[in-house]
Amino acid sequence: MINILEATETVKMITQENLDVRTITMGISLLDCISSDLTQLNENIYSKITTCARDLVRVGHEIEREYGIPIVNKRISVTPIGLVGASACKTPEDFVSIARTLDRAAKSVGVNFLGGFSAVVSKGMTPAEENLIRAIPEALACTDYVCSSVNVGSTKTGIDMDAIRLLGEIILQTAELTKEKDSLGCAKLVVFCNAPDDNPFMAGAFHGVTEGDTVINVGVSGPGVVKTALESVRGESFEVLCETIKKTAFKVTRVGQLVAQEASRRLGVPFGIIDLSLAPTPAMGDSVADILCEIGLEYAGAPGTTAALALLNDQVKKGGVMASSYVGGLSGAFIPVSEDQGMIDAVEAGALHLEKLEAMTCVCSVGLDMIAIPGDTKASTISGIIADEMAIGMVNAKTTAVRLIPVIGKGVGESVEFGGLLGHAPIMAVNGFSCEDFIRRKGRIPAPIHSFKN
Amino acid sequence: MKRVIITVVGKDAVGIIARVCTYLAENQINILDISQTIVGGYFNMMMVTDPSKSPRETGVIADELDEMGRSMGLSIRVMGEDIFNAMHRI
Repeated sequence: MINILEATETVKMITQENLDVRTITMGISLLDCISSDLTQLNENIYSKITTCARDLVRVGHEIEREYGIPIVNKRISVTPIGLVGASACKTPEDFVSIARTLDRAAKSVGVNFLGGFSAVVSKGMTPAEENLIRAIPEALACTDYVCSSVNVGSTKTGIDMDAIRLLGEIILQTAELTKEKDSLGCAKLVVFCNAPDDNPFMAGAFHGVTEGDTVINVGVSGPGVVKTALESVRGESFEVLCETIKKTAFKVTRVGQLVAQEASRRLGVPFGIIDLSLAPTPAMGDSVADILCEIGLEYAGAPGTTAALALLNDQVKKGGVMASSYVGGLSGAFIPVSEDQGMIDAVEAGALHLEKLEAMTCVCSVGLDMIAIPGDTKASTISGIIADEMAIGMVNAKTTAVRLIPVIGKGVGESVEFGGLLGHAPIMAVNGFSCEDFIRRKGRIPAPIHSFKN
Repeated sequence: MKRVIITVVGKDAVGIIARVCTYLAENQINILDISQTIVGGYFNMMMVTDPSKSPRETGVIADELDEMGRSMGLSIRVMGEDIFNAMHRI
């Protein structure tokens, strides 16, 4: 039987160290909604989402109350709309109508985000997928809960540079259309390399075509728990440090596994995966950067940061994999800037720059995430940053992503407030030298060689 | 039988156990095990309970005990036993 020390430890993790289940995300396939008639397609989509997910929020609340564990978000991911709308949508405006339908469906079932206004174009874009990408700025400006992602590369296919060139402009247009809200639209748009089909985290979640009809994926969290555990082993060896992270990750993941199984059982929907990611929030004590500091850095970004993060990421996976038979999604440490108070502090102290963040993304999931940059950054420069990050993912056979927010009307030294889980961010400096001639080239970067790895 | 673990943490005072136990008795929640300790003047208690005969749902019990805890300056949490087993047992 559980003893009082174990009980107290669990309660303390939840009440004082921000342990929570970050999201229960229901993946819903929309492939059976496809119609060549746009009105019919919209009706089919609305009806399928509101039927499949009608109990999602209620069941989430029930589990929360019975186990006393906060489940912060209940969300939905759907089949990439670039596929679903290919037959019915002839223009970007047609795709915007689907975005509105998704938004209406999300509001009707009470979830707080719906991901999947997406296109998977790692080798090339179909005309429909190009129209979807061109619809993104308007779609994100006229909806509240819809999230968008575009997969522009993979280790097997190389990188679609035409899509990257287009996305540089699309990101700026998205920023422009939502400039009244500090360009918030861009916080709902992620560009991926090697995007997983089962990611439960927003804004990059979509329900890949490899998935079944419906599925429950769960994302756990717990930077605060890891940080507190590490406080008790200050000055100890790397072996002790690693053991402590692994044990903590195991405990955190087991909670996610329990919640996933319960949600799956109660909803009658198959359990998919647990995403092991250490996902920070702007709340005090819920920061990945604070863990890096606890490992021994003055600020995230100091020399040693990449090594410390590599260690952290690997131990989280090792502990988490033991706790659940089905691990998937992004599974690693997230290093968003605006959503992590420790990262914000590091940027404000001058310890952390875009280039160091890029290096950090080589050893952890996911990428350059929630980074506010000056609003006058050129589209080609944004494309260049994306291309760099995609190359890291392609060559290292890992997921990488870019979620940049060019804040229209603001520059370095100013900051933006997104509110809620999205937090606030100081605007970071971008290397001002041009990459225009590179980005102007047409075509794609070939897939890398899979041998002679060095 | 789904067992529920009730934890009580707060400053020690007269009658904490009595009040919690009275509530449990009134709601037909059977106590299977109690352990209690004082650490640094703070009262820590854990009860393993069986609410299967209670007319109340676990969520409602959690809310009512939470409210009672607040009125006494304590933190009372009601959580399904599975979460502790998941976390502390392989």
